[in-house]
Amino acid sequence: MKDWKFMARQLVKNPISLMGAALIVIFIIIAIFAPLIAPTPADHLNPYMMPRDSYYATPAPPSDEHIFGTTQGQYDIFYGVIWGTRSAFRVALVVMGITVIIGIILGSLAGYFGGLLDEVIMRITDIFLAFPWLILAMALTAVMGQGLKSLMIALIVVWWPSYARLIRGDILQLREEDYVEASRGLGASSARVILRHVLPNAIYPTLIMASLDIGAVVLSAAALSFLGLGAPEGYADWGQMTQFARNWIVGPPGEPLKYWYAVFIPGVFILLFVLGWNLLGDAFRDIFDPRLARR
Amino acid sequence: MELRSYILRRVLLLIPVLLGVTLFIFGITMFFSPMERATLYVTNIRQLNNLPAIIERYGLDRPFVVQYGTWLGQVLSGNLGWSEVASMPVARAIPHLIPATMELAIFAVPIIILVGIFFGTKSAAHKDKPLDHSTRVVAILGWSLPSFWLGLILLMIFYGYFTGFLPPGRLSIPMDILVDSAGFTRYTHINTLDAILNLNGPVLLDALRHLVLPVTTISVINMAFIMRLMRSSMLESLGKGYILTARAKGLAESVVVNKHARRNALIPVITVSGYLFAGLASGAVITETIFSFKGIGWWAWQAAFRLDIASVLGFALFSAVLFVIINLIVDILYTRIDPRVRLGQGVQ
Repeated sequence: MKDWKFMARQLVKNPISLMGAALIVIFIIIAIFAPLIAPTPADHLNPYMMPRDSYYATPAPPSDEHIFGTTQGQYDIFYGVIWGTRSAFRVALVVMGITVIIGIILGSLAGYFGGLLDEVIMRITDIFLAFPWLILAMALTAVMGQGLKSLMIALIVVWWPSYARLIRGDILQLREEDYVEASRGLGASSARVILRHVLPNAIYPTLIMASLDIGAVVLSAAALSFLGLGAPEGYADWGQMTQFARNWIVGPPGEPLKYWYAVFIPGVFILLFVLGWNLLGDAFRDIFDPRLARR
Repeated sequence: MELRSYILRRVLLLIPVLLGVTLFIFGITMFFSPMERATLYVTNIRQLNNLPAIIERYGLDRPFVVQYGTWLGQVLSGNLGWSEVASMPVARAIPHLIPATMELAIFAVPIIILVGIFFGTKSAAHKDKPLDHSTRVVAILGWSLPSFWLGLILLMIFYGYFTGFLPPGRLSIPMDILVDSAGFTRYTHINTLDAILNLNGPVLLDALRHLVLPVTTISVINMAFIMRLMRSSMLESLGKGYILTARAKGLAESVVVNKHARRNALIPVITVSGYLFAGLASGAVITETIFSFKGIGWWAWQAAFRLDIASVLGFALFSAVLFVIINLIVDILYTRIDPRVRLGQGVQ
């Protein structure tokens, strides 16, 4: 709890991180009120699938009906970016949530018990960390087949080893604390020591780091979708909308920038979303970096 | 501990990791039925009639451990299956495509490191001044940019708006024909280097024109990271006692910053630069894809997109091995750079 208060106080002092926080709040509002901002047409079954006017390929410029225009395949860009905010949060929360849970379980087992168990878990993380992340994720989505589920599984597989290691490191330190020693001396079981004394102290730095990683998760998910290995076609997803725009970066002769809206707008949403988290994260990395003396 | 035994120990530690990597890759293929796995070795359509024979030959219906053994034997003898995308064996496609990727890395890495170190140092030396704030914002902005989007925007401007000024691809068509003709010797398949060796100005210019945008994209995205790392490393180093001593001696601030602080601050940056190179050498997938820069990253994307599983897995295996080996080299170099690292005792 003390950590959160400390964070909040530092946040207000720094205009850059405040800007980051503001961006994130705006995106949270967009995600919550998506059905009001961009209402789903009455005859449309799944609100996460973008409605389309026709199957005509060429993007159409912004108009009264489509304020951001339409992208390839006549998908409404405004609808796509608004609902895409929800998709972004959903992917980020699922991936980060499961990653943290796996990280906590394996990290605390390895850190607390040490020995052979630690050795085995750490060697397994070594194997996963041997792959460049995008390549591992690509291989997994290619094998599992395109779709949001494969994308999320692939990202979890890529991310969990770093969290397992992070938590293990924290636990290794905490294990030596006097109060843990005392609790053990009083005859508490391993489970009780871990759950009551060690984890609560290790969990805050982890949660902070995880929340700041949300931008990175969304950026990675967008990259996979852009490569055609993520969201199914027509899903409200920023990465996929950027992929749609790929065929339209150069307009007809004489009007080279004719389709700028199809390229520019989805990317701006990704950029601002990730920027928000990174602005916040950068400020906190300074605050929490124990190597930097607090002057 | 002596350096030689340290290296030996590290190489031995590599074996379980590489074994794990192969086991993992092989485990992925177990998602498929023996029939489907047999198709990974099929080189032309007529062989599809002979799937049972292929299953028989590679023992694809045997128990897991036996199959893994057979597969590992195949991999070690250089058979990674047939790449549909490249129309050649995977083991031949990789050396065929890697020069393009190396070319990108050779240009991008020095730019990233030099610019990153320069601004990182300046930023730390002027902590909380306008310069620090602006480099910080630029760094975070670069870090948050989706590289695929940046690439598209750059193409929109420099290929679309300034018609054809900086085109995608590796060479324009006439030059591509020229480099394959008898008058041009391809020593390395790295276009710029070959052009210099052949003393061919037009090819060099053309190759450079195609390199500007992909190198810019890679640099902008990765520079931010080095910049931030250099800054925090510098700040740490500036807080040390010997800096106080240096200042107390009355040394000029520029000497304190550039000689005393920066030398020590460079160590983590050098380590990370090694990883950066390893990452880029194993394929800048997104950048190569956007700019149709046909290196192994582009190939891997084509393979993943067209479900050419043999290529995807072969590539994953290759990049993991390369990544692990480069990291090992970096760690060994590290012991030479940082005299505080006493082998086997950690940093004191």
